[in-house]
Amino acid sequence: MLLIPCPFCGKRDEHEFTYAREAHIARPTNGEQMSDAEWAQYLFMRKNPKGVHYERWMHAKGCRRYFNVARDTVTHEIYAVYEMGQPAPAIERENGR
Amino acid sequence: MSQVNRLPHGGRIDRSKPLRFVFDGRAYDGYQGDTLASALLANGIVLVGRSFKYHRPRGILSAGAEEPNALIQLGQGARSEPNIRATQIELYDGLIAESQNRWPSLTTDFGAVNSLFHRVFPSGFYYKTFMWPKSFWMKYEHFIRRMAGLGKCPTEPDPDRYDKLHAHADALIVGAGPAGLAAALAAGRAGARVILVDEQQEMGGSLLSDRHAAIDGKPGAQWVADALAELRSMPEVTLLPRTVAFAYYDHNLVSLMERVTDHLSPTSPEALSQPRQRLWRVRAKDVILATGAIERPMVYADNDRPGCMLASAAQTYVNRYGAAPGKRAVIMANNDSAYQVALDLVDAGVSVAAIVDVRESADGELAAAARARGIDILVNHAIVSVAGKLAVREVEVRRMAGDGKSVTSDGRTISCDMVLSSGGWQPSVHLFSQSRGKLTWNQDILAFVPDRLLPGQNNHSVGAARGVFSLSGCLVDGHAAGTAAATAAGYTQSAGNTPVANAQPAHGPMRALWLVSSTAPLGHKAKHFIDYQNDVTAADVALAHREGYRSVEHLKRYTTMGMATDQGKTSNVNALAMMADLRGISVPEVGTTTFRPPYTPVTIGAFSGIDKGDFLDPIRKTPLHSWHEQHGAPFETVGQWHRAWYYPKPGETMHDAVNREVKAVRTSVGIVDASTLGKIDIQGPDAAWFLNMVYTNAWTKLEPGRCRYGLMLGEDGMVMDDGVTSRITENHFHMTTTTGGAARVMAWLEDWLQCEWPDKKVYLTSVTEQWAVLGISGPMARKLLSEVAPDMALDDQSFPHLSFRDGVVAGVKCRVYRITFTGEATYEINMAPSYAMHVWRALMQAGEKYGITPYGTEAMHVLRAEKGFIIVGQETDGTTTPQDLGMDWIVSKQKPDFLGKRSLQRADTKRPDRKHLVGLLTEDPNEVLPEGAQIVAELKDKPPMEMVGHVTSSYYSPNCGRSIAMALVRNGRNRMGETLHLPYEGKVVKAKVTEPKFYDPEGARING
Repeated sequence: MLLIPCPFCGKRDEHEFTYAREAHIARPTNGEQMSDAEWAQYLFMRKNPKGVHYERWMHAKGCRRYFNVARDTVTHEIYAVYEMGQPAPAIERENGR
Repeated sequence: MSQVNRLPHGGRIDRSKPLRFVFDGRAYDGYQGDTLASALLANGIVLVGRSFKYHRPRGILSAGAEEPNALIQLGQGARSEPNIRATQIELYDGLIAESQNRWPSLTTDFGAVNSLFHRVFPSGFYYKTFMWPKSFWMKYEHFIRRMAGLGKCPTEPDPDRYDKLHAHADALIVGAGPAGLAAALAAGRAGARVILVDEQQEMGGSLLSDRHAAIDGKPGAQWVADALAELRSMPEVTLLPRTVAFAYYDHNLVSLMERVTDHLSPTSPEALSQPRQRLWRVRAKDVILATGAIERPMVYADNDRPGCMLASAAQTYVNRYGAAPGKRAVIMANNDSAYQVALDLVDAGVSVAAIVDVRESADGELAAAARARGIDILVNHAIVSVAGKLAVREVEVRRMAGDGKSVTSDGRTISCDMVLSSGGWQPSVHLFSQSRGKLTWNQDILAFVPDRLLPGQNNHSVGAARGVFSLSGCLVDGHAAGTAAATAAGYTQSAGNTPVANAQPAHGPMRALWLVSSTAPLGHKAKHFIDYQNDVTAADVALAHREGYRSVEHLKRYTTMGMATDQGKTSNVNALAMMADLRGISVPEVGTTTFRPPYTPVTIGAFSGIDKGDFLDPIRKTPLHSWHEQHGAPFETVGQWHRAWYYPKPGETMHDAVNREVKAVRTSVGIVDASTLGKIDIQGPDAAWFLNMVYTNAWTKLEPGRCRYGLMLGEDGMVMDDGVTSRITENHFHMTTTTGGAARVMAWLEDWLQCEWPDKKVYLTSVTEQWAVLGISGPMARKLLSEVAPDMALDDQSFPHLSFRDGVVAGVKCRVYRITFTGEATYEINMAPSYAMHVWRALMQAGEKYGITPYGTEAMHVLRAEKGFIIVGQETDGTTTPQDLGMDWIVSKQKPDFLGKRSLQRADTKRPDRKHLVGLLTEDPNEVLPEGAQIVAELKDKPPMEMVGHVTSSYYSPNCGRSIAMALVRNGRNRMGETLHLPYEGKVVKAKVTEPKFYDPEGARING
C-alpha cells in the first residue's frame, strides 16, 4: 500500500488515488494521417519497465487532480511527483537497483 | 486438585484464580495466566492432536506462535474456530476445546492406518497421482481429503463484531521483550509517538521466562513492570498487548490484529460489549522489529512423539507457568542455551536424566554449572530412537562417528517422559522479509539475519531479531534504535540512559548438524520429522533431492514443507540446510522461500470489520425512496443506487405488475423516478468545443434551450456511455449520463481536460444529487402537466420534443425537459430534491383520473426495448462500436476530430462482418429468451457448435403481445429474416432475425 505525496494535498494513502496510466503520451493531433500501425502504437502500446516508470495518478477521494509520479516498479520508491504539463525529471539511480 | 504436573510454586500464574475448562469432553483445572497448552501440561496431558497426513500422535512442541502440532478446535457452535494454537489460547473459565484430525478419539484413531501406507503417500504424491493415471485421483480424492484434514469450519454465521482502525506512529515497535521495551522507553522519553505491540497477553518477552536476568539492578520481571508503568504514563505511547503484527506492506504500512476479547468467555458481558478483534493499519515513520528468535528443533528419529519439545519451551512452561511438561527429561542440543534449560528444570525439581550434546566437547560456563549439579552430559552423542507411541517412554543414545553422519554401536537407553531439543535459534525475520529486506547467513549462529533494507522501507531489526542474543546486546540495540527513531522524527528530549543488564554466562560455538543419524537408513523404521504440521520428513527432502526438485521453490512445492498454517516457523531452515548438505553447497546458496503475510493466521472477520451486510458499500437513495417503500416496490441495485424495480398491487406477480405498468404508459400516463441519472454541469467558453470532442455528433450549433442525445466513445472507438445533453446558455450545458456510469464519465472528462487540454476553459461539476428527476410519459402526459403547470406553454410549437423550459410545476420552480426513453411524449421534471416528494404527490393526485401509474426500472427497460433504445453496458460490452449498434446516424462525418474517431477507421472496426445489434423474434411468441443465451447459425447434435452471438436484452412485451429480444449477432444486419438457433436448458429455440425495433418503428407517438 503506497504512500503517495499528492502535490496539492500532501502524503495520502494509496486508497485515495486512482491509477491513470502511463504519463507523457500526447494524443496525436494528426490521427487521420496516421497509419493503423502508428495509431495502434499510441492507442495500445505501453512501457512496462523494470525500474523508473512515469505514470499518472488522480487523487480521486481528495482534490481530484491528476498529476505525474516517477515510481520504481521494483521497489515502489517514489522519486518525484510533478504537475501535469511539466517534463519528466531524469532520475539517477544507484547501481544494483 | 488434579494438576499432577503443576509445580508447587513459581510462575506468573495467579493461583488465587482457579479456572475450569473442558478438553475433549473432560473437565480440567487451570489458573488465570495459563495458556491452554500450559494448563494441559499441568494436568499431565501430553497427547493433544493427530498429524495431518499420517495421523501420528502429537504433543505440544513449543510455547508460542511457532507451534505446529497443538492445533485446537476452540469453542462451540457458530463461535467454533479450527486450527488455533493451544500455546496462544489464553485460558478462561468455561473454555471448551477439542483435539482435531482424529476419529473416533485421540488415543484410538482409525486414520493412523495412513502411516502404515506411508509408501503410497510420499512427497510429490499429489503431483504424481494427478499425472497418472487420471482415474486413480478421481477414486481416491474423496477419501484422502476426508482423512487428511485439520479442524472443521463452523457452518453458522459468525455472531461476533470486528473493528478496524487506522493509525500513524513515529515508531511502531513490534515485540515487547527487552529490546522492544528499551526501544519504546527511549523513543517515548524523547517524546515520539510510539505504538508498542506484542502478540502475548503479557509484555516482557523472554524476561518473563528468565529467572536470572537483572536490569538496572532489578530482577528482570520487576524491570518489565516498571518499564510498562513508565510507558503507560506517556500520553503519546500506545501499548497493544495480545496484538500480532502480521503483515508488512509497502511504504512502511504494517497490519496488526488485536485480540480484544479472545481471552474472555465469549458470552460474558465484557466480551459482548466490545468487538472481538480489531484490525489496525499503522503507517509508521520507523518500524523497530524486536521480534525475537524462534528455537529450532533437532531432526532426530521419531522426534514427533508426544513429549518431544523445544528446550526453551520447557523452560517457559516451568519458569513462567509453573507447569512441568514431564517428570524426567533428556535434552539434546548443539549449543549452550539448552544447558540453562537443564539448570532451570533441576532448580524447579524436574529431573534431567542426561544432556546429549552433539558437539565434540562442552566446556562452557553453563556446561560446568550443569556438571556441578550432577547432570549427566554425553558429548558427541545423539538420540537415535524414541520409544513410546502415545507418550515418550525412553530414548536410545549412541556415540556419533567422527563426521556426524553415522553413529557407533556405543550407547545405551535412558528412560524419560520428555525429550527436549535445541538446534539453535532462528531470528524472527518474517516481517523484515515481508518488507522485502534481504537476508544474509550468519555462520556463527547458523541462522539467517537481516542484511539490506529495500529502499523506500524504513525499519530496524534489534536484539535477537537480528541475531544478537545477549541480554545486554538486546538492551543496547533497542535503546539505540528507539533514540534514532525519535531523533529522525524531530524529537530532541533526552532518551535517558541505556538499561544495563547483569552479567550473563558466555555461550560457546555451535555445531551444524542438520540431521541426527539413526541406526537404520533414512526413511526406514523411524521418521525424522522436519515439518511437523505438514508431515514432511527428512526422507521426503532426500526424495525431492533424488528426483531433482533441488531449488528451494521446488523443494517447498514438492514436499509441501513450510506450506502449513505455521508456515514452517520451526522447519524451514532445517529443510533448507539439509538440502544444502545433500547438494554439497552452503545454506545461503540454497536460499529461502519468500516470506508472505500473515505471520500467523488472521480471521476473515478481522479483515471485513464492519464492512458487511448493509455496510459493505454505501447505499444511495433518491428523495422518493420512502414513497417507493410505502408502495411495496422491491429495489434493484444500480451501482450504489437503490432504484424502485416495480410496484406490485395486492395479488400481482412481478410479471403482472410490469405488464400493467408498461401498458399504462402506452395508453395513458406513467410516472418514474429518474433521479439517479448522472448529471454533470459543464460551463466555460470552450464547453461546446469540449462536447464536440467527447461526443460523436456535433454540438456547436445546438441552440440554448435545446437538447441532444449523444454517444461517447473510448479512444478505441468503443461505446462507453450515452445520454442527453442540453444547452442552458451559450457557455453552459447540462449533461446526463447513465446511472451506473456517472462517476466514470466524470473522471473521463476531467482526465482529458486536466491532462490533454489544460488550456481549454471548461469547468465540470457533478450535480447528480442536486437535481431530482420525475418523468411522466404517455399519451396523457401533456394534459396532466398542463393541469399542474398552468403557466407553461406546452404545445409542440412552444415546447417541442428535445427542448427544455423553466417553469413552475405544482408551485415549485422546475426545469422540464422534453426527452423520451419510452417513445411516448415525455416530460422529465427536474427540481431541487427537497421538493421532489411534493411534486410527485401533486402529479399522482392530478393524474388519478387518468389512472397515472408509477413504473419501475423493469417497465422502463421493457418500454425502451420495445423501441429498440440501447442501454450502454447491456447492448454494449466494451467491444461495440456505434456502427455495430446501427447508430451511424449519430457519428459525425464533418467533425475533424473527436475521441474515438480515428479508431473507427481501423481495419478491425471497419470490418463488415462484426457483431451487429439485431432483433430476435422467437418462433413461440411466449418463449422469453434468457439474456446471455448463445446463438448458433448451424445447429449440430451436440457441442461444440460455432456461436455467432448472444442475447443482450429480452422481455415479454405486452404491447406487442409477444416476447422481444435484442442480440449481438455476427454479420447480423445481413441476416434479416434468417432463422437462428438458441440451444439452452436442454432445448433448442428458433428465432428470426429482425430490425431491433418492435413498437412504433416510425416514432409517431412522440408527440402524444
